[in-house]
Amino acid sequence: MLNGRIIKDRLTSKILLIFTILISLIVIIIGVELFYKSQPIIKSNSLQELIFSKDWHPLKGHFGMLSFIAGTAWVTIIAVIIAVPLCLLTAIYLSEYVHKRVLKIINPFIDILAGIPSVIFGVWGIIIIVPFIRFNIAPLFGVSTTGYNVLAGGIILGIMIIPVIISVMVEVFKTIPVELREASLSLGATKWQTIKLVVLKKAKPGIIAAIVLGVSRALGETMAVLMVVGNMVQVPTSVFDSAYPLPTLIANNYGEMLSIPMYDSALMFAALVLFIIVVLFNVLSRIILSRIERKLRA
Amino acid sequence: MNMKKTKIEELFFKTLMRLAAIIIIGTLLLIIYSIFIKGLPAMSWEMITQTPKGGYYLGKEGGILNAIIGSLLLAAGSTFLATIISLPIIIYINVYCRKTLFSNAVRLCFDIMWGIPSIVYGAFGFTFMVFFGMKTSLLAGIIIVSLVILPVIVRIVDEVVRMISSGLYEASYALGATRLQTSMKVILKQSATGILTALLVAFGRAIGDAAAVLFTTGYTDSIPTSLFHAAATLPLAIFFQLSVPIPEVTARAYASALILTIIILLISLLARVLTNKYNKFKV
Repeated sequence: MLNGRIIKDRLTSKILLIFTILISLIVIIIGVELFYKSQPIIKSNSLQELIFSKDWHPLKGHFGMLSFIAGTAWVTIIAVIIAVPLCLLTAIYLSEYVHKRVLKIINPFIDILAGIPSVIFGVWGIIIIVPFIRFNIAPLFGVSTTGYNVLAGGIILGIMIIPVIISVMVEVFKTIPVELREASLSLGATKWQTIKLVVLKKAKPGIIAAIVLGVSRALGETMAVLMVVGNMVQVPTSVFDSAYPLPTLIANNYGEMLSIPMYDSALMFAALVLFIIVVLFNVLSRIILSRIERKLRA
Repeated sequence: MNMKKTKIEELFFKTLMRLAAIIIIGTLLLIIYSIFIKGLPAMSWEMITQTPKGGYYLGKEGGILNAIIGSLLLAAGSTFLATIISLPIIIYINVYCRKTLFSNAVRLCFDIMWGIPSIVYGAFGFTFMVFFGMKTSLLAGIIIVSLVILPVIVRIVDEVVRMISSGLYEASYALGATRLQTSMKVILKQSATGILTALLVAFGRAIGDAAAVLFTTGYTDSIPTSLFHAAATLPLAIFFQLSVPIPEVTARAYASALILTIIILLISLLARVLTNKYNKFKV
């Protein structure tokens, strides 16, 4: 005869299975919803026009998003250029050189940096970075700018994605077997040579995964960028130009999106584009990372 | 000669690494420092005990009590909701489900969810609100923000639960406990610190999120009295008031930034103390 608690246990198992599947499906629900909502705009303006035209006049029914896509690309690329060298150096330092005691001091700083809200980065950007670009950096190049530009957005974004990249990189370095390092060291290589020729080479896929993850974080970052990037609809041609990245477009216009025809659909299309890119990047980096993990266990 | 070159190279890169670490830590300190420098002069008793006066965040008087309370309610509510949703999932993929393929698929789903920008959640939530004819409200904000922090809780707690040794499960089963009893009485207890840490991290995420609440929670000068009213939040209080060219209003933005930063710092301090203190007592 079945015991009451065993029935309870089996019942729970079924309920939990259904619940888990339902919640895991949220990702797909979001994708489908955004796809469905952006159908009207894809049908009336072709995909090609939406992505490759810079003709943005919602009132006239023109929804070319090239300016926004270019803005996103600019700030993301600058962020990566700033963040990657800093992260790589720090991650190597933390995992290869530093004593555990120093690690205990440095780790909390990175954790705190990871926890600082987007808006706070934005405020800091307005207080420090924007004036610094306006009065110190731009004059060096003989350019006059308000300081609210792609460079400011890129710098802020670069700092924001540092914690993600570092923590993934440190995890990756941990997976490289000590024996490999020992073999190299015993051949007479210095520590740096070992890192350069053995560790970095072995860790390459993991490093790429870390960067991809950082990029996907950068792509969707909204508030901090919105506050410093200048918000001008144009395709930026230099780092001192203002821009209008995709997330900013969505955030700034949700208010009037119901009053202009097709506008809401266009914004949902922007969200869909972001969603697709971010999901792709995430899946890609997770696949690389899980492969590394599996190799380690084998 | 060659020896010397490699030594110099080693020294060069080591210095570069130290420099990189110093730049990162220095930046963080600079951020905190400048928020304090701007925020402290704006702080006063009125600031944290009054709501803004004079209409739609443009008035020169009053404080940011509306945003403080709104933010705390929103963060507490969404953390609560996300916890209720996440714990059963964590238990299922670790205790009940022995098919690693399924568990890993679920983990991948939450990893992807973690990566989805909060602005996308906001836009997604907004389409639903339009569909149901809902107005911006605290409840809508809590639901959407709980989606944002759900993967945070699931993935952090999952890592902790995975670390629990199989011996503990076996001991519990050997005593005749069912999986449900094992989960409730052994696994949850064993990972309590991890759960608490995850909740703190999630709370910090929720209170700092601006992009998702922009669409869903709205903004108001008054303190929310029900779940169906719009509510002000600290990030939006910063965002809206900072762009107003009235010094008294920007002062409110800086004060909000200071309070938000202090909350975040306290949370991360608390999480650290918790982990250090209770890790000692783990089996």
